Amino acid sequence: MTDTLRLTVLYFAWLRERAGIAEERVEVPAGVATVAALVTWLAARSPGHASAFADPGVVRCAVNQEFADPGSPLRSGDEVAFFPPVTGG
Amino acid sequence: MARILVQTQDFDTGAELARMTAGRRDVGGIGCFVGTVRDTAAGRKIAALNLEHYPAMTERALARIVEAAERRWTLLDCTVIHRVGRLEPGANIVLVLAASAHRQAALEATAFLIDWLKTKAPFWKKEEFLAGGEAWVAARESDEAAAARW
Repeated sequence: MTDTLRLTVLYFAWLRERAGIAEERVEVPAGVATVAALVTWLAARSPGHASAFADPGVVRCAVNQEFADPGSPLRSGDEVAFFPPVTGG
Repeated sequence: MARILVQTQDFDTGAELARMTAGRRDVGGIGCFVGTVRDTAAGRKIAALNLEHYPAMTERALARIVEAAERRWTLLDCTVIHRVGRLEPGANIVLVLAASAHRQAALEATAFLIDWLKTKAPFWKKEEFLAGGEAWVAARESDEAAAARW
């Protein structure tokens, strides 16, 4: 048992620009067990992160390359990506 | 056996159509959608679109969308090619082909594939304006509505 989670966090499009980083590895307290909790934790990391997550309602997420919800659980080793609503095609 | 590609280089629609029917006689119709870069966005002239994606996720997401189409219609083949990188007005962005024995399945599946791709595949567009400046394209509610009708 470990009391922290090691996560890889990716940012795309304007979230990457605002956060000022494309990818980072973070170690979060075990209490940060959902996507929503991770957003709150990340937003406190820097003014850039705060700006990226200023309106969580427009932020979309994928955990291990699958679309996820704010309530989705996190496990150590997960790859968590944050991005705006998609605009391909 | 769907053909799913994410690439910077252009695609040849004619060659992709020919590939789809090569060596087979069971295809009755192919639906085709080609998305291209328009030169204006909300009245502003565009110099280019920059397309970004999430490489580890994109092809898997496209495969899921194709699988969803295959569950809804009897398809003989599908092709989805999406370009990324900097694309100037007139350039191809996306190709969707769906082959079936009959036209209705081919046409409906083609519309479904592009509607779902627009809301469920991890691509993002940034507009580069001719007059200078740039802006990320915002998702449109009409695209969500188009995807939801299926």
